[in-house]
Amino acid sequence: MVTKEELASPVKPTWCPGCGDFGIWLSLKSALVQLGLKHEEFVIVYGIGCSGNMCNFIRGYGFEALHGRPIPVAEAIKMVNPRLKVIVVAGDGDTYGEGLNHFVTACRGNHDVTLIVHDNRVYGLTTGQASPTSGKGYKSKSTPAGTIETPVKPLALALAVDAGWVARGFSADPQQLTSLMVAAMQHPGFSVLDVLQNCATFNKVNDVTWFKEHAYKANHDIHDRMAALKVALDEEHLATGVIYADKREPYDGELGTRSVVDEELSSIDITETMDEFV
Amino acid sequence: MSDDGVVFLAVNKINLRLGGPAGTGIMNTGMMFSKACSRIGLHVFDYPEYPSLIRGGHNTYLVRAEDEPLHSHIRMVDVLIAFDEPTLSLHADELKEDSLVVYDDATVKPARTRLRQGIRCPLPLQRLVTEAGGTEVMANTVALAAVLGILDYDFAVFETIIRDQFKGKPEVAELNVKVARHGYDYAQQHYEHLSHYRLSKTAAPKRMVLSGNEAIALGAVKAGMKFYAAYPMTPSSSILHNLAAWQERHGIVVKHAEDEISVINMAVGAGYAGVRAMCGTSGGGFALMNEAIALAGITETPLVIVEVQRPGPATGMPTWTEQGDLQYVLHAGHGEFPRFVLAPGDVEECFWLTVEAFNIAERYQTPVIILSDKYLGESHRTMEFPDLSQVRIDRGKLLTQTPAGYLRYQVTDDGISPRALPGTPDGFSLSNSYEHDEFGWVTEEPESRKRMVEKRTRKGETYKREMPQPGLIGAPDASLTIVSWGSNKGPILGAMKFLQGEGIVVNYLHLTHLSPFPAERVAELLTQAKRTLLIENNGTGQLGQLIRAETGIELKERFLRYDGRPHSPEEIHDKIRAMLRGA
Repeated sequence: MVTKEELASPVKPTWCPGCGDFGIWLSLKSALVQLGLKHEEFVIVYGIGCSGNMCNFIRGYGFEALHGRPIPVAEAIKMVNPRLKVIVVAGDGDTYGEGLNHFVTACRGNHDVTLIVHDNRVYGLTTGQASPTSGKGYKSKSTPAGTIETPVKPLALALAVDAGWVARGFSADPQQLTSLMVAAMQHPGFSVLDVLQNCATFNKVNDVTWFKEHAYKANHDIHDRMAALKVALDEEHLATGVIYADKREPYDGELGTRSVVDEELSSIDITETMDEFV
Repeated sequence: MSDDGVVFLAVNKINLRLGGPAGTGIMNTGMMFSKACSRIGLHVFDYPEYPSLIRGGHNTYLVRAEDEPLHSHIRMVDVLIAFDEPTLSLHADELKEDSLVVYDDATVKPARTRLRQGIRCPLPLQRLVTEAGGTEVMANTVALAAVLGILDYDFAVFETIIRDQFKGKPEVAELNVKVARHGYDYAQQHYEHLSHYRLSKTAAPKRMVLSGNEAIALGAVKAGMKFYAAYPMTPSSSILHNLAAWQERHGIVVKHAEDEISVINMAVGAGYAGVRAMCGTSGGGFALMNEAIALAGITETPLVIVEVQRPGPATGMPTWTEQGDLQYVLHAGHGEFPRFVLAPGDVEECFWLTVEAFNIAERYQTPVIILSDKYLGESHRTMEFPDLSQVRIDRGKLLTQTPAGYLRYQVTDDGISPRALPGTPDGFSLSNSYEHDEFGWVTEEPESRKRMVEKRTRKGETYKREMPQPGLIGAPDASLTIVSWGSNKGPILGAMKFLQGEGIVVNYLHLTHLSPFPAERVAELLTQAKRTLLIENNGTGQLGQLIRAETGIELKERFLRYDGRPHSPEEIHDKIRAMLRGA
């Protein structure tokens, strides 16, 4: 079982002082320790952005993917080796912008992968452009007159495409966030954990105070999908905690929980298959 | 035109074309004729042509069968089965005086077409179907059975093919056999006097009839591929269909993903997790995959990508053939890292190069591209059962334990680092799409960057020392050396056979390993050649560009085809004859 010390990387985080990423990072390490996982029992796939830079700050099996593409990488790892606990650490640009198609399909497929989205409503690593979750009218370097698009509502979108476990955390509440991460990783199937976080450098609208003013602890029936959807669509009052929880067979369960990664390759018999061509 | 004069006798040597509107079962019927010929011991080459739509348009299926190995289609047909009038007009020029022209005279009136040559064999196809209690869709079966009757083919063999075709549906099979028998008997009775084309059983070993796509799928399974992802795209989809059908039997995971970007990122994930992974597509889908090819390059993830070319740019001509993507594929993915590109030329090479591709991918921890095309991917050919004792599985520097102090990107002399998989006990590692140090941690430090660029480059150099070297097909001392690649192999071998019959000796440099490129050997062979002819199925001579870049040698004489159709052996023959006569 890994300890916090064993997860510690020799690389010092490069995030700005006051960044919400720190809270998510610490919570993730706590959750891995709480779950009692060994190094060989989990793998983290990272997206690209300030969030994905976490790959350098956790010691463990990790794969730093392309911007927007960690989800398909993670799904395939799970499909060929269902023994692994597979976690995706990505940003709002990764998940709701560049890779939205993968997000939607992963929800529908119910792949047993935990998705942790750093949702700070801005592109930090590229120095402050609007993100898919920026509020309408958000002024940035790429949208000097304010965004025209309305923001993606990640939780509602996830519910609309049949995600079985949907939650929202807040980087400034590591205690709740850790317990949400533990629950997400224990959920058999795709678990969506959108994490509200501040960007201390570039997002002057949605700072910690703003989030604190708008967030509240969810108190609806989390097994009622319509109630969950109503909560998820509310942009003024941001519910944190588990928003929706359902039980549905995960993708690798329907596929048959075979670990093809273990199979012997040197004596595959193709006689019957070749005979089909006679 | 004569109905009775038997001018010559052709036993077990036939070129048959079926033509009709799309959506009427031409493809299935053509495939059944291919199998019918193969099951009596003949060698077969077939070539389907169809437009990019489901209903309407003109479909044809050409089947050539002989008692010696065949490599390509030829133009002039011995038997034409026409399910509509346009077929007669479109293919009128492919007929000879003795060709048989089969059609249903209730619907097809030759007088309204360009048909001039050939022996007309009208058949009441629809009536025969009805008489035997069949349904309208069985007109194809009746037509094929009738032709087999005229050709004096053993009906019992055809019956086994029908029963195989409808395995699991005994009632449908029974009805089809009944309908076929009726057509067969009718034709034997009414066309008894036509006996100049015949098909009879030979004592040949059992062979497969398979397409390039199917041979790649089969090779992948034998090579131990455990994950395949694809998004449907003509003409690569039959790889997906075959593998999907075999996933239970062979314990493979087959994923039809949401788009080609997901497809290749999944294959990267599966390769990283430690299984042999492959994905397949055509040019447009391959374009979407480009960024992830670079991802596999820098993370050093083994992966096989099949690109079955069709004419571009963009949507282009989806169901036709071209070799227009070579230069693109050679440079796919941004940034510098060695590209591995293999180009099979026939079904045997599709099988064996796929096996080899997986070994290269794992040995050098790299993406490997198999470059095929529609003509190779969808044409079927007979293939002997491969000697599977020759299949070697080389997993390279794969570790079963992660040692203390493990470095995923350890700098080595050959450029290849030991590979530990996620889930391997006792350790941890980081595979990183950012430039990284030997562990995998991100670094932008200049010396480290240089070492990593050099390490990755060295993998290509190591391969160059170990790679198989090309040789010439045909006599070493020839008046002309043909230089080509991919599916042109078939038409070129066909042309060489025609030329040989005329006493003209040419040889042929067929290149299968296009990147890294065996430059020294190719330069040596080209320097020794008396005269060269570059043959490609594209408009700009892309192999010629590669050879010039790698060897400095420019192949000035070129024979290029870029109308969406494959080269034909007749035209290659004519081109070479004209060249040598002029010399």
